[in-house]
Amino acid sequence: MPANKFNGYTDYGIGLGLRIPHYDHILSEKPTVDWFEIISENFMVDGGRPLEVLDEILAQYRVVQHGVAMYFGSADGPNREHLRRLKTLTRRTQTPWLSDHLCWGSVDGTYSHDLLPMPYTMAAAKRTAENIRQVRDYLEIPIAVENVSSYTEFHVSEMTEWEFLSEVVELADCGILLDVNNIYVSSKNHGFNPYDYLNNIPPERVAQMHIAGHTKFEKYILDTHDHPVLDPVWKLYAHAIKLCGVTATLLEWDDKIPSFQEVHDEALKANEFIAQAREAKIPAPKKTSRARTR
Amino acid sequence: MWGVISRPLTAGNRMQPRWSDGRATSVVAGAIAKPNDRLTSFERLEIYNRMYWFRVLDSLYDDCPGLRAVLGDRKFIRLAEAYLVKHPSGSFTLRNLPSRLAAFIRAEPRYTRPHTALCYDLARFEWARVEVFDTAARPVFTIDGLLDVPPARHGRLRFELQPYLQLLRLDYPVDDFILAVKKREAELLRGDASNAPSTLRQLRESKVRRPARARTFVAVHRLNSRIYFKRLEPAAHRILLALRAGATLEQALATGIPRARKSRVDWAARVQAWFRIWMELGWLCRRE
Repeated sequence: MPANKFNGYTDYGIGLGLRIPHYDHILSEKPTVDWFEIISENFMVDGGRPLEVLDEILAQYRVVQHGVAMYFGSADGPNREHLRRLKTLTRRTQTPWLSDHLCWGSVDGTYSHDLLPMPYTMAAAKRTAENIRQVRDYLEIPIAVENVSSYTEFHVSEMTEWEFLSEVVELADCGILLDVNNIYVSSKNHGFNPYDYLNNIPPERVAQMHIAGHTKFEKYILDTHDHPVLDPVWKLYAHAIKLCGVTATLLEWDDKIPSFQEVHDEALKANEFIAQAREAKIPAPKKTSRARTR
Repeated sequence: MWGVISRPLTAGNRMQPRWSDGRATSVVAGAIAKPNDRLTSFERLEIYNRMYWFRVLDSLYDDCPGLRAVLGDRKFIRLAEAYLVKHPSGSFTLRNLPSRLAAFIRAEPRYTRPHTALCYDLARFEWARVEVFDTAARPVFTIDGLLDVPPARHGRLRFELQPYLQLLRLDYPVDDFILAVKKREAELLRGDASNAPSTLRQLRESKVRRPARARTFVAVHRLNSRIYFKRLEPAAHRILLALRAGATLEQALATGIPRARKSRVDWAARVQAWFRIWMELGWLCRRE
């Protein structure tokens, strides 16, 4: 989406995930890239090589922080030490917004290092929204939550995933990092229409989008981030752009990482859909009201 | 659900068929997760169970090349799984996963016998490399800083060491062993990329010889963002430890250099050389 309060009123274009195999190329060749997304946890350290590289990147590029271990949905609530380190990093990067996942992943201080799906209940939505508010108030920057891909559904769920996402972001008054590939993966694993998902979330809250590749197995699809983006995901992305407007977009490629140029070329394919959206002069989405009643 | 995900896998990397209370795990899974037209509840949760264990085991596998080389893959995985059951990750980053591995090896020698002492040293050494990588650096103490101090007070100077500097007293020369293991792994990787199957077979069959017991003092440090190991003489190691503990220069030298040996060696020249190198490597910081 064009500048909104959930992405700090910025208007970023197409970004790339900053990954170790590309460090040398980026630092020596200084390719033109609109912005880089970093995994916050990789840089929440006291010093050394990670921060030295980050400082060199920050001298030349805009950086947005994306987390993988805040676990907004965990019952424990935000970890203070984690928040303290995260805030130190946000001051260093000047990230205009910060994203993490709508998931759980820690229990009593033990970390799964996975993005585990949540039961879609009102109680979980309220607790998660409260955790997001706490994080935002502590960090003093806009927060966007990302929908995760999932492989299971729970008996206790009371609503669809898109209803749950909408409840959480409305209750927390936060943004959405819309992962189009994750919607596609989950739609195949759970048998829903991915366009129903896109059509029923509040588009004015979308701060950023993710695109990525996935892997098809015989009985399910795994969100592997080790391939180019597949056609059905590009089509879904085009629809998302129509709904939300031109939005800061990032390609995730985290495994079997090819050359920097190959990853960058793949990401820039998004320009085709952005150009179509610009030609169509899509108006900014109006504020939606929730269909569900609580 | 966490109980299901974190429960160790079977030898065939499947979710365990029986739950801890004897019930079928499929019953436990069925109460939590919905099946779909392709996967049972058990199979859907098994995806997460496998992903958890593959992720944490892979992380330790990558961080511990030396331990793997001593134990072999199968024994290493047994050790790693037992360790992770007792000490699951308590950190937001997988980088910290091996932080308690050395203590576990000492407390549970059955996983590393008959090489427990060597494995203990390797786990400490491999963890030291992690710590060196991303621990803070402080401004270094320079000759200019020394000139600010009147010569009469040099003996009472107190230094701090760089927080990232790791000083290890080992029973085995694991620094050389790790270098040999890494060299072999690099050769295997190069072999994988080439069309020389016979050379590759020879490399795979060759193992790095386990080191013989020998007291070794090593500093693990970084320079220009790269990690290095540096052998230390015992006296140098003692001096550095004393400085880190807050001793004055005079006290540290007295601790490090045994009184009886003072007359036989040109300690002044030796200590001068050590300090010159330590300052060049940026190990010394002025105590606040």
